[in-house]
Order: sequence, then structure tokens, then C-alpha cells
Amino acid sequence: MAAILVYSEQADTALELVGAARGLAPQLGLTVSAAVLGAEAAGTAAAAAALAAHGAAPVYVCTEPALEGLDTAVVTQALAHIVEQAGASVVLLGSTRRGRELGGRLAQRLGAGCVTDAISLTVEDGLLVAGRYNLGGATVQRETIATPVQVVAVMPKIFEAGEPGGAGAGEAVVAVSAELAAPAVKVVDRRPKEGQAVDLAAAARIVGVGRGLAKRDDLPLTEALAAALGAELACTKSLADFGWMADDRIVGLSGAKTAPDMYLAVGISGQVQHTVGIAQARIIAVVNQDKDAPMFALADYGVVGDLYKLVPALVERLKTL
Amino acid sequence: MDIAVCVKTNPDLQLMRVKDRAPVLEAVPFKVGDLDKNALEAALLLRDAAGDGRVVAVTVSEGDRKIRETMKEALAIGADEAVIVSDPALDQSDQAGVALALAGAIGKAGPFDLVLFGEGSTDGYSGQVPSRVAELLGLPEIGYARSLQSTGAVLRAERSMGESIETLETALPAAVTVVSEINEPRIPSLMNIMKAGKKPVVEYALGDLALDAAAVAPRRAVRSNLAEEQSRKHVLFDGEPAAQAEALINALVAEGVLGR
Repeated sequence: MAAILVYSEQADTALELVGAARGLAPQLGLTVSAAVLGAEAAGTAAAAAALAAHGAAPVYVCTEPALEGLDTAVVTQALAHIVEQAGASVVLLGSTRRGRELGGRLAQRLGAGCVTDAISLTVEDGLLVAGRYNLGGATVQRETIATPVQVVAVMPKIFEAGEPGGAGAGEAVVAVSAELAAPAVKVVDRRPKEGQAVDLAAAARIVGVGRGLAKRDDLPLTEALAAALGAELACTKSLADFGWMADDRIVGLSGAKTAPDMYLAVGISGQVQHTVGIAQARIIAVVNQDKDAPMFALADYGVVGDLYKLVPALVERLKTL
Repeated sequence: MDIAVCVKTNPDLQLMRVKDRAPVLEAVPFKVGDLDKNALEAALLLRDAAGDGRVVAVTVSEGDRKIRETMKEALAIGADEAVIVSDPALDQSDQAGVALALAGAIGKAGPFDLVLFGEGSTDGYSGQVPSRVAELLGLPEIGYARSLQSTGAVLRAERSMGESIETLETALPAAVTVVSEINEPRIPSLMNIMKAGKKPVVEYALGDLALDAAAVAPRRAVRSNLAEEQSRKHVLFDGEPAAQAEALINALVAEGVLGR
């Protein structure tokens, strides 16, 4: 019986994908297996045990030294090997930055079609249908893949990890040895980003900040607004890429999917990559100096103007609330 | 340093409308992809830092998109040459077919020290093509570079990945994708726009690259492409900042999302 093979370098994302695969497998007539890759034995063993406990059977574990640093070209070789060993016809990857990069390369090696950044997976007429944002996020394009092996990179936090158990709970872990080329890309340095953990998905009020903010030194302005509103501070992906805020404060396609009572967007243009993370907000308020900013299309309430004047005015007004 | 920059022609999404949930793309102008401009800028800076070499913009025809105009734009920005793969068989291609055509063109027009891409296209943003081209050409690959330096033989890149910032090095040749933070793309000067028309443009058909229609046939099928439904109130408050703030806070209190 052919298999769905699940892989993500992020342990929690891999568990979500196993959850998704367990839902799809009966409709597609496939089994659920998983792969764990990494040069470090203890971490890979723990990840494999968790995947097995959640119903992936078997879990293929490859700990070749060449996987140190998880160079995309090397991971591609290892996964292609496991796809063949597992008889996989569907490969589910996590659409993190690493996973998205891996998707294209693995698909090319396997002669496969591929969908990245999938936000939905369904089975229609016996076919796997993956939905993803298209045209800058204005639409959702639903696609099927016509090749014998299908590669789909799924956005994190779309599916639930599910409960431990399932068909093969706790079954075999298979050690895989593969001949892998040494990585051609060297990791010279890896350092953590700044910032404290925050759970935006659970926040009742959120102030989101975008590139309308001119410089990092101006962040206290928006922090004061968030504090006055009793809100969490969040940002667009650009600001996190600048290093101004930690990745766990990103709202959108590559960050948190939020559902607050109130989302106040400050200096955010409103690219869909961001707004997909606030579609479930009950009330959306917008502060932006560009009256044509796409963000206003999603506004319940909006003010057009200079955030450097409006934010202090909002803080002042909130003092009298 | 000889650099190939892969450029996609995108509809200007700022001018796209959605009608009855369907995108309306008729009469929407085309332009060089946003992130492709960052890749072009990065290539020009690396070429100039090296003191010699050429920047070649490479593209693939996709239906009626005006690729020759887009390539003129890339040449005006500063590319030295343009390479176009044009073939009716590419009209329906997806990422797999586009990657084959790009890799073939890069191989034929090369050799190159570096192949640069934006990390995704403006319209589809799948990010597949760079990885597919890297695999086809057997190149090491660095995605999401937000800074790039070259010593001639070695390329150094910094990138932001999940919880960490990474510094990476690889020997050239290599394939690299860039994010928008890497630079501020230049606006072409009138002088360079005039010069663009005189720069060399090479066109290949699929046959010139030992490819055929079957090789670039799509691997995927699209079932639907519609906007999600959203309904919002769209109330705007005018006036001085203090009055706007007053009205906005009052509205939020009235909605019950603020205050007591």
C-alpha cells in the first residue's frame, strides 16, 4: 500500500502534518509514514518517538553526518531516498522557509508536481486538492497534482496535531542509511533572534505595525498604544525580517493566524500575505496615511493620516476612557 | 562576476480588481516582479563590487504577458543583456516547465558564477522555480538572502530563518534567492532607459534548448481561483488627529471591544 510521507524540520509542524495525513489517508487509500532527518541522534530519536506515538508508521530516521545544518540539497537527497523506500505517493512538507525551499527541489528530483504554502487539503473525486493563496492573496487557487508522486508544502498551524494513537501507534522506527554528498553550503554562524514568547493566536486585542513605521527607535510609540489598549503588539513579516521584532510577533501567511475581538493596523499597507492572518478578527481598525492602501478594504473603522500624529492622539484619548 | 538574474513578468496587482469573487486581469499592465527587482539590484552591486562581469536577465514567455517590454525594463534598470525563451508550448506551463526552460537558457547563455532570483513571484509566490533550477543545474542553493557579499570564489549570505539569523557560505557557482529587505532597487534613469533599446537581446525557442512541448507540459491542474468572502463596515473618520482619535475610540467602545 502506498504511503503519505510527512516531513518537517519543525517537530510541532511535523505532528500537525501527521494529523492532516491521518484525516486524508483513508479517503486516498494510503498509509501514513514520516521522516526525521538530522545529524543529532538524541533529538531525532525524540522527534521520531513523538511521530510514531501520533500514528505515523513507520517513521524513517536518517542521521547521516551530512545532514548537519540541513542544507536543502542534502535534505533533498535523503528525502528522495526515503520516498522510494516508503513507496510514498504523497509527500507533505511544512511550508516554513526551509520547507518551501525544499519543496521545489525535492519535486524536481522526483519529477513531481508541487504546491507550496497550502492552506487547505481536501479529497475530491478521489484526488488530493490543495488550496493556496494566489495573485498576492486576492484569491485562493485550488490545485491538483497530476504526477505519480505529489509534493505539497503545508503552512504551519493550519492543521491540529491530533491525539496520540492511530493505526500504527508506537510501531517501528526504521533507521535509514543513505549515501549523501557533503553539504556545499556551510553554516558559519547561527544566532537566536531577540524577543519574548507571545501567543498572538490567543490574544483578544492586537495592535499590528507595518512599514509605515520609519525606524526601530519609533517602536516605543506603538508599544505605548498597545499598552493603553491592553493589546499585544504584532507586526508584518518585513519588520521581523528587519530584526525589529521577533518572528513570533508576525501576523499573516508566515506567522500567526489570529482571531482577536479587535485588530488595529498601524502603518500596514495590507498585502494579503499579512491580511490572511486577521481575516477572523471581529473588528478591524486601520490607521494609514495612504487612503488607497489595500488595508482599508478590510477596515470596519479607519482613519487616514500620519501615524506619528494619530498614535499619540489615540494614547491621549485612551487615558480618559 | 557573471550573474544570471531570473525575471518574471507579473500583472500589476495594485490595478487588479475582483468581480463576483473572480480576479479581473484584462487591461491590467505587466511589470517586472517586485522581488526580481531586488535580485537585479543585488546582481548589479555584486558585478560592480567585482569590477568586471555581466548581468544577464533571463525570462520565459507565459502566454500574452508582455515579456519583451519587461525585459526592456530589466535592461533599463541595468542588466547588460537579456535572454528570452519564447515558445507557444510554454503558455500553459507551471513551475516545472518554466524551470526547465530557465535552466536550459542559463546553461546555453552561461557559464555564470551566480544565478539570482527573488524568493517568490508577485502573483503566484510559490518559490518553487529557484529550487527547481538549482536542482536541474546541480547548484548549491541559499534561499532568502538579506545580505550578500562575494570574494570571487566564495559567496557569503545572511538570512532570517524562523527563530534564528544564519550566516552561510558557499563556493561559486551557486543559486541564491533574495528577500525585499536586501536592498532598495534603483529607478532607471532616462539615460539608461534610452540605452536599454541598444543592449543585446537573445531569443531561444524550446528546440534550441533541446526541450519540447511534452517536457514543459503542466504537472498540476487548477480547479478554481476565487476570492474568499469578507464583509466589513468601511467607516472612515475625517478631521484633525485628535478628532479622528476620539471618533475611532468611541466606535471601538460602542462595538464593545474596548472599555467597560
